[in-house]
Amino acid sequence: MTTAPEKTIAAKDRLVPGTPLLDVRDLHVEFKTRDGVAKAVNGVNYSVAAGETLAVLGESGSGKSVTAQTIMGILDMPPGRVTAGEIMFRGRDMLKMSNEERRKIRGRKIAMIFQDALSSLNPVLSVGYQLGEMFRVHEGASRKEAKAKAIELMDRVRIPAAAQRVNDYPHQFSGGMRQRIMIAMALALEPDLIIADEPTTALDVTVQAQVMDLLAELQAEYHMGLILITHDLGVVADVADKIAVMYAGRIVETAPVHDLYARPAHPYTKGLLRSIPRLDQKGEELYAIKGLPPNLYKVPAGCAFNPRCDVATDLCRTEIPALHQVTDRDGAELAGRKSACHLWKETLHG
Amino acid sequence: MGRFVARRLLQMIPVFLGTVTIIFFMTRMLPGDPAAAMWGDKAADPAQLAAFKHRMGLDVSIGQQYLNYMGDLFRGNFGETLAGRKVIDVIGEALPVTVRLALLAFVFELVVGVGIGLLAGLRRGKAFDKVTLVLTLLLISIPVPVLGFIFQNVFAIQLKWITPTVQDSMNLGQLMLPAIVLGSLSLAYVARLTRTSIAENVKSDYMRTAIAKGLPRRKVIGTHLLRNSMIPVVTFLGTDLGALMGGAIVTEGIFNVKGVGNALYHAINLNEGATVSGFVVVLVLVYLAASLIVDLLYAVLDPRIRYA
Repeated sequence: MTTAPEKTIAAKDRLVPGTPLLDVRDLHVEFKTRDGVAKAVNGVNYSVAAGETLAVLGESGSGKSVTAQTIMGILDMPPGRVTAGEIMFRGRDMLKMSNEERRKIRGRKIAMIFQDALSSLNPVLSVGYQLGEMFRVHEGASRKEAKAKAIELMDRVRIPAAAQRVNDYPHQFSGGMRQRIMIAMALALEPDLIIADEPTTALDVTVQAQVMDLLAELQAEYHMGLILITHDLGVVADVADKIAVMYAGRIVETAPVHDLYARPAHPYTKGLLRSIPRLDQKGEELYAIKGLPPNLYKVPAGCAFNPRCDVATDLCRTEIPALHQVTDRDGAELAGRKSACHLWKETLHG
Repeated sequence: MGRFVARRLLQMIPVFLGTVTIIFFMTRMLPGDPAAAMWGDKAADPAQLAAFKHRMGLDVSIGQQYLNYMGDLFRGNFGETLAGRKVIDVIGEALPVTVRLALLAFVFELVVGVGIGLLAGLRRGKAFDKVTLVLTLLLISIPVPVLGFIFQNVFAIQLKWITPTVQDSMNLGQLMLPAIVLGSLSLAYVARLTRTSIAENVKSDYMRTAIAKGLPRRKVIGTHLLRNSMIPVVTFLGTDLGALMGGAIVTEGIFNVKGVGNALYHAINLNEGATVSGFVVVLVLVYLAASLIVDLLYAVLDPRIRYA
């Protein structure tokens, strides 16, 4: 799968003996607004290793983007505030670093790809300038070197006639090409980790697959960790190694990608999977999870999903479920599978 | 870009001809006979009056006067004042003074206005922002003469830093205070415009990207934020530069600056048709040039306009 030179991988592994590249531990983030305190992230744990793809799945307001922005250090503070937790990157807690240290990690070690490339690229600067800026700021490259490297990058992400288009502006590119430029920008300094926040949501379906394939290919080539944030189950299936499903600022289920699709261990995941339109269900009404996404100012007591859950019991309404290790019928642990449901056994095996 | 400039230059021709024509007829239609006024209270000698009118070209029909005027204009002849001075000399004396005063005022409102606006925009809702909003509103509400007199009183009479009026109209140091008074109103607008624009753009997606790229703060603000935010401000500054070049009758009057405003005021009072239209011709050209510069700056700042 990887074509990156052995040397690079070895060097990266040496830096992280036995620890994951990124390890988010018990992260809590809240927003103080005039309407009160919105608890956006309530104890998230996840980790990503080099070369691994973690898909973070959830609807709007589930806290998946806020978690990513907190990792990236681009959360608006205030109103945002990290109230607890650690974000370990290569064994060091980024939340304890100085602003300058974090800035040097941004773009260089951890890069981010945003959803809407048109608004995320600066409209008044040429793409060549915006790509070259990475080399000029982080590596002190000259204008000329930066431009040459920008063209190289545009070639890498397969933008046709890169040398002629390097001085063009974002609005002169198509949506797919713009997203390629965003990918090129994230890739510029060969970071250890890329966070892609809904990278294909704003694109045409035909272009979505191309961009996703490109991203997966480059990730494998550079042996990077990838956090793929999405609400689209279809996007995830082919590229992710493992999935974390988020609901109301918590992780409700984690699993290797194919296990999750085959046998979900949380009623919310089950509902999500059932609500994907399928060709063999033609004519039937599409399933929808009942109720509305939770109000983050007033997250329900107990399991946050309980008001929308078909199988909720009294326990679910009072006690927040822990993230249980999931086992098979014989009690053997299923690797990488966890579920934050009191009734995970029934959900998985029933 | 070349074609864009050429098109704009061509568009300037009808605008120029139109304004000159309008101002010509307006000055000639003012009540009173400028020639007769030369004799003051005394009755003019009809023969002398006729000779004078003939010398000034006022003895033909207004249509013919117009044609003569336009013909002379295109040969570079702006005509003479009633006292026999060449209008072009009068303009040549006043314009350099006004250009100096205008540029000083412009630099003042640009540097201080954008600076304050930037800081306020970045600190939206904080104390600095609130103070800026109140002070700029105050500045907008104070009439220029009042501000002029306050400055004269404080800096010339109380502190004695300067003389109350300008002695040498070409001296930049002496023009400083009038320039500050002249630029203060626009400064308030520039500061407010910049503040709003910055506060809006600071939340944009491309700013988030710039931060995510690990750019240092000064690059995020200087390169990414400021360039986008200056677009609306440039429009205002451009038209304001044109207006400043047109002279400031009130400010020049308060500080006794011998600029365009002063000269125009006297010319209008004396019903000096040729002088007034001569000034207007020059000012229209200056204004058109200023708006062309704004449009070009626009294209430099915003590529979406350049290629549209």
